[in-house]
Amino acid sequence: MRSQILRGRVWVLAWPDGRLIEDIDTDQIFHNSHLHITEISQMGAYALGNLEGWKDFPQKAKPGDILVAGRNFGAGSSRQQAVDCFVALGVKGIMAPSFSAIYFRNAVNAGFPVLRSEGLERPAAEGLLRSGDEIEIDLSSGRGRNVTRNESISFEPMSAIQAEIYEAGNVFRLKRS
Amino acid sequence: MAKTVIEKIIQAHSREDVSAGRIVWMDLDVRSARDFGGPNVVKNYEREYGGAALDDPARTVFTFDLCAPACTLKYADNQQACRVFARKRGVRVYDVDQGIGSHVLMEEGLARPGGTAVGTDSHMNILGAIGCFGQGMGDIDITFAFRMGKTWFEVPESVNVVLKGNPSPRATAKDLALFLCLKLGTSKIALRSAEFYGPAVRALDLAGRITLCSMITEMAGIIGFIPEEIVNPGKSAAAFASAGEPPVAADPDARYADTIEVNVDGLEPQIAVPPSPNTVKPVSEARGVRIDSGFIGSCTNGRIEDLAAAAAVLRGRKIRPGVMLKVVPATRRVYEDILSTGILKTLFESGAIVLNPGCGGCAEGHAGLTGKGEVEISTGNRNFPGKQGKGSVYLASPVTVAASCVKGEIVSPGEI
Ligand code: SF4
Repeated sequence: MRSQILRGRVWVLAWPDGRLIEDIDTDQIFHNSHLHITEISQMGAYALGNLEGWKDFPQKAKPGDILVAGRNFGAGSSRQQAVDCFVALGVKGIMAPSFSAIYFRNAVNAGFPVLRSEGLERPAAEGLLRSGDEIEIDLSSGRGRNVTRNESISFEPMSAIQAEIYEAGNVFRLKRS
Repeated sequence: MAKTVIEKIIQAHSREDVSAGRIVWMDLDVRSARDFGGPNVVKNYEREYGGAALDDPARTVFTFDLCAPACTLKYADNQQACRVFARKRGVRVYDVDQGIGSHVLMEEGLARPGGTAVGTDSHMNILGAIGCFGQGMGDIDITFAFRMGKTWFEVPESVNVVLKGNPSPRATAKDLALFLCLKLGTSKIALRSAEFYGPAVRALDLAGRITLCSMITEMAGIIGFIPEEIVNPGKSAAAFASAGEPPVAADPDARYADTIEVNVDGLEPQIAVPPSPNTVKPVSEARGVRIDSGFIGSCTNGRIEDLAAAAAVLRGRKIRPGVMLKVVPATRRVYEDILSTGILKTLFESGAIVLNPGCGGCAEGHAGLTGKGEVEISTGNRNFPGKQGKGSVYLASPVTVAASCVKGEIVSPGEI
């Protein structure tokens, strides 16, 4: 069984006023000039490499970190590298109010937790969810907590197929296929 | 139960009960990979499935359009890895000479009305233009599809988008698409399937439908369909194997998550100003912005109709010295058409650079990049920062781009 509990330091992709950055596209996550890279271990160095203010993310990120972003995260192209670059850095998952459809599938198929939560925007804007906070979330229940600030966090529990693929490790290991 | 267009198409490819919100397994008529994504698919396939056979090589294709022919050693290696895999497994390669993959699928009849197709191209939903359910997917998804011939899919809700009124005769399909990017933003049809109705879309020829449907990705939609009857298929239809087959229609009492009315009456030419395809205004409000370069092409505006419209503006005129116009036909078929109709000559004589078919000019690669401070006006579908280089990119129709390149600054097409 893969762990249903994720605990880690959070990076909140927000503007200086705390509003979550929306519509972060795959060129900002993993720029198309690096698309020729096919080795996952080499992709981490370019994560968020084209997002103003976050170019040093690969140096700052530690394995176990969790990302929080604004709505429509992963807009744009279909590149798997935009998911794999976070996997390469050991990032444990991404929470956002919504994801682009392709990005969401790519992450689900890679067994990488992407969690939809409408309830992130307000705490981020009010300073109740900030980079550096420690959070703990339970994938099976859709509940969690900001340990640093003792605030609760909720999100949509995974769908049956998402949970199944996560459990299997990735879509290739899915039994019933 | 009554079904929307997308529900109907998926139902015809699934043994489960299909309705919005359900996650079902769906059979795929075509699965494709490009020269980006493709090499990862090959790698994934060899690693995960080894020598196991593809579900159906005849329904599996590679299309090389991004870096065509390869301009870096990496791309050359990657394309070659796909070719070797394809030869070994009996898979067809539409190689670097053929043009944009999604367009090739339509021309070749691999994508047809009522069908399903996936590929490593986020604009695969452009196939909605002919009533085919197309979807861009990442390389893991496509690897799985190569092997299994099916995929899991969450059936999206559908939105009814009704366009009211008739745009001005100066407005093209691109102006309509840009205006919808403005009106629908990235939230109104996000993660949903859109069905477009009304006289303004009924009037669109196939090329115009392609233009509109190519920008659904920029509205964060899953796909867009135009179930309205095609009154005037246009020149491109001759290139499409499935031309003449009617688009899929929704059942009369199908359920929609929302109905959105957009008034397009008297719509004038539009332009997306940096930094996003959704920051759109009338061209007249961007008038006078000096430009360094122009680009006509991409899956959005690379058909014969688009190039012919641009050529009509450029005939007998010269591109302003100091301005560079790059033209890239969508496919080899389009190239053939501009060659035989004299459009190529017109473009050449105006001073344009005409490149071989593909994604050049939209994706980084062949038709060059923009440098820091450079201003480009493009018929592409994206102007996100960094997409075509360091310059700033405006998105407009082929006629607006052509006129602006003659003038050296942004102008409405009627103004020159
Ligand atoms: S022209 Fe651009 S948007 Fe269209 S398929 Fe090619 S790279 Fe993608």
